[in-house]
Amino acid sequence: MKQEITFTLNDREVRADVRSHENALDVLRRFDLFGARESCGQGLCGCCTIVVDGKPLSGCLTLGLKLAGTRVETVESLDTDGSLHPVQQAFIDQGAFQCGFCTPGFVMMSRQLLIENPNPTDDEIRDYLGGNLCRCAAYPEIVKAVRDAADKMAASAP
Amino acid sequence: MTNSAENAREPQVGRSPARLEARRKVTGRTDYVHNHTAPRMLHAKAFRSTVPHGLIRSIDVSAALEMPGVYWVLTGEDIRQFIPNPYYGPAFHDQPVLALHKVRYVGEPVAVVLATDPYLAAEAANAIIADYEPLEPVYDEVEAMTSSAIVHDILKPAGTFPDLKHLHGKRDTNIALDYRLTRGDVDAAFETAAHVFEHEFRTQITMHTPLEPMVSMAIPDDDRLIIHTASQSPSFVRLEIARLLGWPEGRVQVKVPHLGGGFGAKLYIKLEALVACAALIARAPVKLSLTMEEQFYTITNHGDTFRIKSGLDADGKIIARRCEIFWNGGAYADIGPRVTQKSGFTAAGPYDIDNVLIDSYALYTNLPPAGALRGFGIPQLVWAYESQADLMARAIGQDPLEFRLRNILRNGRPHATGTIMEDTATVETLEYVAERIGWKKPFDKGEGAIRRGRGIAVGVKASISPTTSVAIVTISADGSVSLSISTVDMGQGSDTAMAQIVAETLGIATESVNVIHPDTDVTPYDMATLGSRSTFHTGNAVKLAAEDARDKLAAMARAAGIDPESDFSVLAVFKGHYGMQAGTIIGTGTYIPDYVSPDQHGQSSLVTPYWMSGATAVEVEVDTETGHFKVTRMISAVDCGKPLNPRIVETQISGAATMQFGFTTSEQMDFQGGQVTNASFADYKIPGIHDVPPMENHIVDAVQTSGPFGAKGVGESATFGVSPAIANAIDDAIGVRLTDLPLTPEKIMRAIRAAAGTPLGD
Repeated sequence: MKQEITFTLNDREVRADVRSHENALDVLRRFDLFGARESCGQGLCGCCTIVVDGKPLSGCLTLGLKLAGTRVETVESLDTDGSLHPVQQAFIDQGAFQCGFCTPGFVMMSRQLLIENPNPTDDEIRDYLGGNLCRCAAYPEIVKAVRDAADKMAASAP
Repeated sequence: MTNSAENAREPQVGRSPARLEARRKVTGRTDYVHNHTAPRMLHAKAFRSTVPHGLIRSIDVSAALEMPGVYWVLTGEDIRQFIPNPYYGPAFHDQPVLALHKVRYVGEPVAVVLATDPYLAAEAANAIIADYEPLEPVYDEVEAMTSSAIVHDILKPAGTFPDLKHLHGKRDTNIALDYRLTRGDVDAAFETAAHVFEHEFRTQITMHTPLEPMVSMAIPDDDRLIIHTASQSPSFVRLEIARLLGWPEGRVQVKVPHLGGGFGAKLYIKLEALVACAALIARAPVKLSLTMEEQFYTITNHGDTFRIKSGLDADGKIIARRCEIFWNGGAYADIGPRVTQKSGFTAAGPYDIDNVLIDSYALYTNLPPAGALRGFGIPQLVWAYESQADLMARAIGQDPLEFRLRNILRNGRPHATGTIMEDTATVETLEYVAERIGWKKPFDKGEGAIRRGRGIAVGVKASISPTTSVAIVTISADGSVSLSISTVDMGQGSDTAMAQIVAETLGIATESVNVIHPDTDVTPYDMATLGSRSTFHTGNAVKLAAEDARDKLAAMARAAGIDPESDFSVLAVFKGHYGMQAGTIIGTGTYIPDYVSPDQHGQSSLVTPYWMSGATAVEVEVDTETGHFKVTRMISAVDCGKPLNPRIVETQISGAATMQFGFTTSEQMDFQGGQVTNASFADYKIPGIHDVPPMENHIVDAVQTSGPFGAKGVGESATFGVSPAIANAIDDAIGVRLTDLPLTPEKIMRAIRAAAGTPLGD
């Protein structure tokens, strides 16, 4: 069964033919967006994190049809003007990744954390990122990066 | 030289530029095979064995073939009609592309569906029915020594390794390799020993779980084959696929972009043979993307049993050590025989012992194949000899640190292989972690339910030898510089480190060096990205290539009447030579270290080009009422020579320590009747952000004289000491000793109750 849906993808209205068993990542691949990617396939690692209507979700557990009428943001939306989001810059500055496979998920979750809580403690950072796994174990650097991004965003806030 | 990019006047080696691909990684635009597709591509899904050991009676693929969108369903027989001898492997040619005649483990690929859509392929694979005649299985590595269950009727060593030749054609054995090292006379020494200790230590089977699951795709291209694969060893893949097909290597092109982690899982040849055969039979591109679950059926770490017997003189000097190690290699040898030998010869540890006898056995069992995993067997060995070091020191009333320092192998002294230790800062790593944890200072061990303890451990690893790396450095007319290597950046930062070597040699900025990713049509041979060999081997080749390019440029400058010692313009030199902005300078470098093959006793004057050492100290808190424990401090120190990029080195230290922390505390593949029962992150627990203990990482001051700019590898060194340091600390806290990994609260609780004379029931 195939159904045409429309939704907002990284600020653009898009259409897609989606079959009932396909997940959000299958839909995103049609738009050549590979930043959200499947790893564990069970919503346990966070590599597939996307933001739907302002809420972070596991793309691998989200049925594609559920995207109909929503506003979807992927990591590719963060630098559309060519400049990095402060979280992305902080991940580079702090060396908060190795292989990079989990990085978009961590970046999206960290950005979401700082929207909800602009000045988190290290414990709050760890709690919020508790659902994201990094097999290279860049965890100490990731906590530093989120801290760094929070500080820089606070300093540049109007 | 001056090129169009900004010139670097400051040293490039020893600083910590961001990774060259950093921006791609944080924006989700890194190139992984996962992203690749091709016109008319078919998606492959494997149908896997449900029995651990059995003869294949029949495979019914008819229902699968009838499903819409399914183009092909292939079995082992189909592959055999295409390739008469479809067996592959780096050490033994024992692994069939798809199971032939019999299956040897639960999860072994028996058939493969090729369909237009991955969901259809998976559905069709479910519709395949196979019937097996069960055979007696064997799972335990020690039982496999004598079991009547024989996994392979006949041994088929690849023939590339001289020390495997005697195994050729051997029948009715599960021993894939029986490696032995003898030095001195252990039996006589045990006779004179004041104390003799015998222990047995075991490790569990674990999995690398790179977050990018294994993925390969093959594209037929007229009379050639293009393979895009998440592999740590593109040169080997080309060689092995060409061998299987009976083609010259030049007709196989292997391309590797970035890897989403490897840790040894993506070494040698994994999915490539299957996609290659499938694509050539189907005459269409074929992609096989494993799920996380399927990775557990593809490759694992070696579990092992290590019997270690040590004799001490009255002063606590180790005078004899007998090691028997049984490696659970699973159903196919993969690189197990190399682990058995190349790590096996270090089984006596970083200690100065005159009399050593090591027997190290690679065993076939009916479990998923075991291969290389970060440390190549060393963490399993250190687990045993460093656990025993504490047991012995405490038994004879010596301080565990003093005991180690009394026995440690110092530079200038012979290792058990006979190779003289040099440029190895083992003592320094051990002394650093001990000092940092305050070993000699008073320590509050707590009272009541919560008890505290400290533990230390140190290990040493040899580099896999002899292996070759080749590099090409090109300079364009405007001074743009490219580096071509087949070393794979799987997250360890090799692209950046190698660019730093080029930049340092040419006097340009690291960021301006373009590193060309492995493409066997373009990039030269590299043995593989494994065993912390790239910094040293590829690094030396890269340095030679950059020096060659630099010298050629200087010669061209001189010919053009330009002083090469001056701050000259590269463009001016090229214009002087070619009359316009044209031409290319090509510098090449090949590095293969000196090596002396061990004799029949395992003795060699040069068994490795360098040694890596790492030490760990931890503090733990143990809850004696529940058996739960917490590592409250973990200090790691490594000898990596002079670090090329200190920040990347530091993340290699913390990443390696954390990975081994997972293997120590929570990770274990559970099996029931040969079936993995926890092949998912829901049940197989890798460390998350809450699990990481407070860590301190340290690079000891050292130089590897033969390394590029004094450097050597570091990807594994921080794994060595983690497991025994924690077990030693638990013992220090509560006086109980665990001898098999992982260290779970249940095992601790049972040990506490057993020690109290009130053992827990099952």
